[in-house]
Amino acid sequence: MGFDVSMVACCALPVLVSLLVVRFGYVMYCSGHPPLKLSASAARVRCLIVLGSGGHTAEMMNVVTTLQKDRFTPRYYVAALTDNMSLQKAHDYEQSLVWPEVDKEEAIENAQFVQIYRSREVGQSYITSIATTLLATSHAMWIIIRMRPQVIFCNGPGTCIPLCVSAFLLKVLGFGWSSIFYIESIARVKKLSLSGLLLYKLRIADQFFVQWPQLQKRYPRACYAGRLM
Amino acid sequence: MGDRERRMVFVTVGTTCFDALVKAVDSEQVKEALLQKGYTHLLIQMGRGTYVPSKFTENSTLQVDYFTFSPSIADYIREASLVISHAGSGSIFETLRLSKPLIVVVNEDLMDNHQSELAEELDERKHLFCARPQTLQETILAMDLTALQPYVPGDAKPIVTLINRYLGFPVD
Repeated sequence: MGFDVSMVACCALPVLVSLLVVRFGYVMYCSGHPPLKLSASAARVRCLIVLGSGGHTAEMMNVVTTLQKDRFTPRYYVAALTDNMSLQKAHDYEQSLVWPEVDKEEAIENAQFVQIYRSREVGQSYITSIATTLLATSHAMWIIIRMRPQVIFCNGPGTCIPLCVSAFLLKVLGFGWSSIFYIESIARVKKLSLSGLLLYKLRIADQFFVQWPQLQKRYPRACYAGRLM
Repeated sequence: MGDRERRMVFVTVGTTCFDALVKAVDSEQVKEALLQKGYTHLLIQMGRGTYVPSKFTENSTLQVDYFTFSPSIADYIREASLVISHAGSGSIFETLRLSKPLIVVVNEDLMDNHQSELAEELDERKHLFCARPQTLQETILAMDLTALQPYVPGDAKPIVTLINRYLGFPVD
């Protein structure tokens, strides 16, 4: 019996690994190409909007207020647990959209607000940050599984990385598909931020925007379409 | 004092600790330079810094006041004739949107000093003046406010259009 089990394992494991590798290659190939299934059927998409605090949030809210509300709905807002201002701003905006005659219940369904653990606080030691990174990543994975976003908007800083990586892993494993849009902060004129560089180099972002033409020249796969501020 | 027009300089460090800037504007040289340029009042938002500026000045013609935080600094910016700010993008764009002359002072003590990129780029485009704490006095004396170009705010529409196109939505 033991012989049989190990035989099965010996055969199954390489098959499983090669399947994953092929799937990984397929996902990499599809990244940056429009999802056909989505465009054929969907009239609306579930959105995950990552608010990065301070200036990042201000820039992201400029994108959110420009989105077509009926298409990009429902909207799930995520911000770091230590950031109290960002979700308040998003909440105020969503409230401003609600017309008095519209059912409040429906409005609440259209927007949700979630806080996420941060990988690392400023000044935290590297040893404890391994544990907090694991915690932040599993929390991010849980958020992606629960929300199943079809579109993710992010613009740094680090808070968006566990979310984007989780969404990418779920794509590889075949659980859902999300298009990731990253808009590098206007503060980055000459070089990408660490978050931006990771998502650009690993090709996790489907579309990558920068806000200065000289930055687009350095990173040719990025897209320049004006400034947000 | 009543016969002189009130011209206020508003200094803001945002939520940061930037004692080097507060110290610089509190120095006699910088105050002298501001007086020479015709400013009458100096209001400092000092954030989390520990350096407390002195309200007393030698010639006591420049009225100095300070506070730590305010939920909204827009009203102070609106009231100011000149804004001296840290290099955070929030304060920079808030000031530019209100079309106020702006000097951005880069904090050289920050580890990851990418903030100077934005200030230097906007300085090159003549939307503001970029300085360091030690060059603030020279910048004030040398600045020509008529050389400043108005800043045209950005627009998210082109980016949102590309996102719509990517997702296969009809672009309107």
